[in-house]
Amino acid sequence: MYKALADAIRDAEQQQKTLALVALETEARDQGRPVKEIRAALQRALDVMRGAIEKGLTGDLYSASGLVGGDAAKLRKNPVGPLAETPFRDILTRALAVQEVNAAMGVIVAAPTAGGAGVLPAILTGLAKARSVPDEKVVDGLATAGLIGAVVAERASLSGAEGGCQAETGAAAGMAAGAATEMLGGTPSQVGHAVALTMQGTLGLVCDPLGGLVELPCVFRNATGSAIALAGIEMALAGITFAIPVDEVIDVMGDIGREMDVRYRETAGGGLAATPTGRRLAKERLYQIKRADG
Amino acid sequence: MVSLLDIIGPVMVGPSSSHTAGACRLGLLARCLVGGTPQSGVLQLHGSFARTGEGHGTDKALVAGLLGFRPDDERIRDALKIAEGEGLDYQFEKTTIADAAHPNTVRISIELNGNKATMLGSSLGAGRVLVQEIDGYPVEVTGNLHTIVLVAEDRKGSIARITGILAEHDINIATLRLTRKEKGGDAFMVIECDEQPDKKAGAELRALDWVRWTRRLDKVSGG
Repeated sequence: MYKALADAIRDAEQQQKTLALVALETEARDQGRPVKEIRAALQRALDVMRGAIEKGLTGDLYSASGLVGGDAAKLRKNPVGPLAETPFRDILTRALAVQEVNAAMGVIVAAPTAGGAGVLPAILTGLAKARSVPDEKVVDGLATAGLIGAVVAERASLSGAEGGCQAETGAAAGMAAGAATEMLGGTPSQVGHAVALTMQGTLGLVCDPLGGLVELPCVFRNATGSAIALAGIEMALAGITFAIPVDEVIDVMGDIGREMDVRYRETAGGGLAATPTGRRLAKERLYQIKRADG
Repeated sequence: MVSLLDIIGPVMVGPSSSHTAGACRLGLLARCLVGGTPQSGVLQLHGSFARTGEGHGTDKALVAGLLGFRPDDERIRDALKIAEGEGLDYQFEKTTIADAAHPNTVRISIELNGNKATMLGSSLGAGRVLVQEIDGYPVEVTGNLHTIVLVAEDRKGSIARITGILAEHDINIATLRLTRKEKGGDAFMVIECDEQPDKKAGAELRALDWVRWTRRLDKVSGG
């Protein structure tokens, strides 16, 4: 796969192809598999994503610790805020739904990781519904997202333990923003700007879950990460450009991750996890999990 | 090489791709070394695996892998209880393997009917794993393809003989890495195959008197 988004964007422009097609053809070459087979695997992933959203919206799922759950249903049933009746609110609901399923040890698609698994399905399926985008284009979106994620994996990191939350929900938001920008008709170059405009907004984000559980704040970070991605998509499609090239934004995310104190890299040693309430809740809930396991 | 399907995937049971899906894959790889569900296992957790493993279900996922469950198997949730029924006696220890070791690292020592194996592996994020050591030998196994690792005497024609055996069993080699510490010393080989090497191929490799040690590991990731 590509090691720089700039190279993929250049190839797509020269060959007058979408980034999705460039990504699919590159993957086919790398893995020695036909494009059709890769598309079929991505369609299966999309089906699992939709299944997780549906399951999460029922509202009766709770994590082992009981720290999170039921909030996707709350957001769906109470559309009273400024985003009521908008695709924006629907997307936030979907992001919470997937993460609640994840926290309850249900089946999800790690995209790129489980901790950030809510953003991409929320943005792609939410916008697909709002704009009546056929599945084929959504699968293309997953391919574009995969390309962006592969570049981030290569240049920076996709692991909270290595790079903080910016490497998980931040990367997920960048992937979702780029994918959706193309899905809604953006050019390869606009995809690059969407990723940069989104990831600049998550730089420095620490990974600080209570007790180290992928629950709090992870579930909510997927909703706020989706909101940042929507901002990136909106700006990029309007033709707004970001002066720092996307690959440099990704590089600096990796640099910040490496310089981040270990307390902020999924160890529950700092951030929200280390607040007095964070520590108290983690202690109580971990005890509860141990007791439940007998 | 990073694959699209590693990024958009795996399909897995939550909550953490590194702490749950990756841990499950490491368990699956370790299981291959003894050829089935082990009767006993000591799992030494390092770094973030040790510090936050319980809340992420790392313990359940590692044991689930040893039981042969894939990362998308909803039985992972109940793996610790199932292990009791299957006669797998497991024990977890928290340790520091090396200061420079990847934060999500585990050393798994298992036994099945007197057949013992030890594996050191890390979960790299997004469900990707890397086995760095098997029975004390340095290796690099990702589980993206079926893999044979072996240690042989450094002698002429060894690669030809080994690849010949694999060809006879209709196994195509995807990658082959050969390293040695010194001329005439031990030669380490990591062979990734497109097809799963059967027991017979493994036995033929083991029967070569200049092959000191060999193990097969299944493909545990990739679409």
